[in-house]
Parts: sequence; C-alpha cells; structure tokens
Amino acid sequence: MSKDIVYVDNNATTCIDSEVLAAMQPFLTEYYGNPSSVYPFSGPAAAAMRQARQSIATLLGATPEEIIFTSCGSESDNTAIMSALQTQGGRRKILTTVVEHPAILNLCRSLQKRGYHVDYLSVDSQGRLNLDEARSLIDEETAIVSVMFANNEIGNIYPVYELAEMAHAKGALFHTDAVQAVGKIPLNLAATQIDFLSLSGHKLHAPKGVGALYKKRFVPFFSWLIGGHQEHGLRAGTENVAGIAGLGKAAELALRYMASENQQVSVLRDRLEAGLLASCPDPKVNGDPASRLPNTSNICFKYVEGEAILLRLYLAAKVCASSGSACTTGSLEPSHVLRAMGLDYQALHGSIRFSFSRFNTQEDVDIILQVLPKIIRDLRELSPFGRAKA
Amino acid sequence: MWNYTEKVMDHFLNPRNVGEIPEADGIGEVGNIVCGDAMKLYIKLAADQKTIEEVRFQTFGCASAIASASALTEMLKGKTLEEAARLTNQDIADFLGELPEEKMHCSVMGMEAFQSALESLRKKHPEYALPGDLSSAEGEDRIVCQCFNVSERKIREVVLANNLTTVEQVTHYCKAGGGCGGCIEDIEQILADILGKKKEAAVKESQTLPGNLTNLQKMRLIEEVFEQVIRPGLQADGGDAELVDIDGNKVQVRLKGRCAACHAAEQTLKLWVEAKLHEMVSPSLLVEQIK
Repeated sequence: MSKDIVYVDNNATTCIDSEVLAAMQPFLTEYYGNPSSVYPFSGPAAAAMRQARQSIATLLGATPEEIIFTSCGSESDNTAIMSALQTQGGRRKILTTVVEHPAILNLCRSLQKRGYHVDYLSVDSQGRLNLDEARSLIDEETAIVSVMFANNEIGNIYPVYELAEMAHAKGALFHTDAVQAVGKIPLNLAATQIDFLSLSGHKLHAPKGVGALYKKRFVPFFSWLIGGHQEHGLRAGTENVAGIAGLGKAAELALRYMASENQQVSVLRDRLEAGLLASCPDPKVNGDPASRLPNTSNICFKYVEGEAILLRLYLAAKVCASSGSACTTGSLEPSHVLRAMGLDYQALHGSIRFSFSRFNTQEDVDIILQVLPKIIRDLRELSPFGRAKA
Repeated sequence: MWNYTEKVMDHFLNPRNVGEIPEADGIGEVGNIVCGDAMKLYIKLAADQKTIEEVRFQTFGCASAIASASALTEMLKGKTLEEAARLTNQDIADFLGELPEEKMHCSVMGMEAFQSALESLRKKHPEYALPGDLSSAEGEDRIVCQCFNVSERKIREVVLANNLTTVEQVTHYCKAGGGCGGCIEDIEQILADILGKKKEAAVKESQTLPGNLTNLQKMRLIEEVFEQVIRPGLQADGGDAELVDIDGNKVQVRLKGRCAACHAAEQTLKLWVEAKLHEMVSPSLLVEQIK
C-alpha cells in the first residue's frame, strides 16, 4: 500500500496484496498459454484456474463446479437476474431493495421499462429491511428475489438466509450481491438456500476486472455472455487467467485472515467513531449498530457538505475516504441509501464513509482524529446554517 | 477525482471575506440545505450610496461553491452597483481560472446571491438610485424543475448568458433536470424555443447581406471567393475552374484540368462550388457549367 496516504476507502476498492500479485505474475509473463489449449505449455494456466476455483469454493462453502468466473460484480449481478427471467417459466416479477448497488438498481429500472414488474423493499431509519414487507411482496409471479448481503455505504448486513427461504417457499430464485460481504463474513453456502451470489475481486485485495458468480448446483441457468465453451459453457470468453489466479489467492488469504482482520478493523472503527463523536459537533453514526460490517463507518456531520470535507481531509493528511453527498455522487442528488433511510436533510449532504482493511493501523485513525474535528469546525464557520444563536 | 485550478483550491482553503455584516444594506440568500448548497451574501455601501464598501459571505456547499462565493466577494469589493450588476457567472469562473462544467451552477449561485442582495437593497432603500434588472430573459416564472426548484425564467437566463445548447449543460449550470429527470422534455422544449429563435435571427442576418450589395460589389465578391476559395480547393484535387461570366444571379463556370473529365463534375459544381457561393456570397446564386 502506498505509504504516504491514509487509505480508508476499502469499500470502494482495495490494494492488491503482495502475495496476490506474486500469484498473478507468472500468468502475465511466462505462462501466457490459453487454458483451453491442449499442449502442456498451457498446463500451468489451467492448473491455476482449477486451484483458484477451489480456493473460492472453500471460502464460500461451495463446490468448485458452482463457481463461474466473470469480469466484475456488475456482470455477476446482471447474469443472475437475466438468467432467472429466462428460466423461471415466464414469471415477470422481481423483488429487490431500495438500497442496492446501482448494478442491481439500474438493471431493474431498465427491466421495468421493458415491461417487467419490480418491487423495492423499503428500509427504516437505521437502514433495516422489514421481513413482513418482503413476505407480502413475494408470490407465484416472482422470478427472483435479489437482496444485497451487506450494504456498501452503511455496512448493514441483511437477513439473506431468511429471505432466500421466503423466495423458495413461493418457487422464486434468490440472488445476493455479496461484493462487500465475501471475505468479511464466514459463509457456508451449501447449508443455505441462496441460488446465486455475486463477488468481486478488487474488494478483497485482488485486482480489478475479475469477479465470480456462485450458482448453486442444479439451479437452471441461461448464459448472459454467449460464445465459446469456457466456464463449462456458462460464460463465454477467454479467461482472465492472471486475474483469476489473483482472486484465488485473495480468497485463500481472506480465509486465513478473516477472524483476525475483523477483530482488527472493528477496533479501529470503534476507536474512530468514539473519537469523532467526542470531538465533533452534531455527529451521527448511520446504519444498524446491531448488524453491520466490522470495517464500515458512515458518519454524518450536520450543516457541512461532504465533498468539502473530503477535499480538506486529503489536503490536510492525504486521507482517502468517500461521501454520499450530491457533489461526490456525480448526480446532484445525495446518496440513495441515506435518502431511503429518511436521514435528516441537515445531515444528508455531510456524510463521510470510512472503510478499513487489514492494512490499516491505529496510526491511520489517530491522523484522522487529529485533522477531522478542525475541518468540521472550520467548514461550519463558513456555513450559514446551524450556528448558535448569538 | 477533482479537477480544480490552483485558484479554486486557494479560495476553498483560504476563503476571503467570510462572515456576516451586522448592519448590512443588502442581504442576498439563495439555495437551501436540502439541495446541498446555499449562500448568504452581505453588502454594505459607502457613503456615496452606490459603491460597495464591504461584502461578506457564508456558504454551505462543496469546494467550488465556497471558492465561487469567495471569488465573488473579491470581485464585488470597491465596485459600484452599476458595475457589479454587469458581472456574469462566467466572470466568476474566469476569475478562478476555470470551473469544471458540472460545477458551473456554483458560479451561477454566486450571481443569484448578488441579484438577491440587490433586491433586498431596493426594498430597504427605495430612495437609492439602483441599477435596474438587467436580465434579458423572457419566460414565465413557473417552476420547471421541481427537484431543485428552478424556474423557466432562470433556465432561459443561464441558456442565454452562457450560450448553452444541451439539456446536460443546463443541468450543469443551474441543476434543472438533475434530479428525477421528469422535466427533461420541458427543458428540451425551452432550449428548442431559444435555439429556434437564434437560428431565425441568424438566417435573417445572412439574408440581408446580398440585398445590401450593389451589382458591382456582388460580382467582386464572387470573383474573390472564386479565386481564394474555390480554385485552390479544386486545385488540391488536381482540377481547376475558370469564371466565365456573371449574369444577374447566374454564375457561369468552366471546369478545367481533372475536373473537366470528371464524371462527378455536375456534383462538384452543385454540392461544392454553388454551396460555397451560397454560404459566402448569396443563397440566390445559381451555378451553370460552360463546356
């Protein structure tokens, strides 16, 4: 990791672990053979893919045949939904949530324009779903229910096992976008009713451009990318061997470090939150304190704007974090997640997300605590809102 | 990634003239906390009742909103109200070097804050001689964009002041259309109306050109265009042409060199030679080939 920056934006992307890079290297240089070729020169590439498939299966509690390599989380998400619409006997309803990643939300919006019916589960002020609402919206017309495992912005973990059972009770399939959960939450998919699960390499210290889709054995499937016979004919395209080897190694490391990393990042996260709550005016922690990823903290500061905070954080100490403010989402509208939670409008534009990884240290937190309270105070000095009555 | 100039960064990190003026002559307020940016501008006049002596601001918003407000206060200080009223949002962007186009609405907010301050001055001191409303935009004061509370008048103002041609630009300059997107068709209509008017005006202007020319001027202009534009163009392709005669609006041309034998000679004459003469002299000219 680059030494001079304080990188606390690991839900956006992560650094490549040096062991991952080492596992990829041979396939970018020496062993460039196509894994589908017959001669022994391609043997190492084919072997690396087999091993990676096994490592990911182990991390997920699945079998290697259930892993389909893809190019990213969005491809995995699209593949699962579109497949279900083809294989579910003409069922035309989808159930998802208002807090999904755009990979699901915008796909669903485009499907609505093409005549499919989509229901979106709402969330409460802590970003929690209501299982009764879900139960009332799943019926014999529902092709697939898609609910994220953990939310990228606020870190909430959703009751996907219960929702998968609910979907199956009505003959619907269940998909979960687990891009933020894989490597952080122990999984044993064999024991669950989840049919599809999406994951992405670059969120767990593998490179960008590689992902995977878990498809439970015997679940009917319709290919999204049609062409060659790769991935047992389920996903065409010559394999990204180096990326896949990297993803395999990253999965191995995730399993090795999961318990200690969760412990480490939750200590950092709690320390940061306690420090900011004590030193900043009007802070508020967003999300469900009872069920959230240990690495994620989403905090709002009233009467100040997120982009301004981020820019000053970077200029003061090269802190890299993110915000749900309108100016940073590129859409003029603040975070759809925080809006869905009905967050107080005075705080809506002042949200900052910190997300940790095993590469963060106590020193990172100390640096943030040194500079952020002053930044908030200074920006509030500039703001026409929220000043004490003279 | 931010793409801000050094000057934007400087005004963001070290904003000038921050705060309130307790006994301000005019106070302008625009935006609100729901929309994500807002600004309050305080103006105090000198004893002459027309020179801006002191100006302060408070801004809630992103880096470019803060920098635009700070820049505006620096530009306003010492100016007369007449001079100040002639400033445009582009002047703020120029002062800062440049603003990313998606952030131009921050500069527009600055100008609106000044307009609002002027309005409050008018109410507070009706006895002062203040500059009139310089806005040239027409249009009703109905709200087009409900998400960001933008009126038709305001959309027309930014389109005319900044020569905007697309809905995306309108969104960048005043946010309209950037929320639910329900008003995009409406904005397209407004743009089509303004652009249609502009086009009409341009056509009228060009039609007056040949009318103002005497026969002699017209013939000279045709000759000039022929020698300086048309022949070099044909020569570049190994051809050439000769201007034989001009009879009223009829221009007689003989093709030479490769052009004379070219099977597309007719096309060349109509689609290129005639088109050039239409564009540069008069749309009523007719080109005839002399063999």
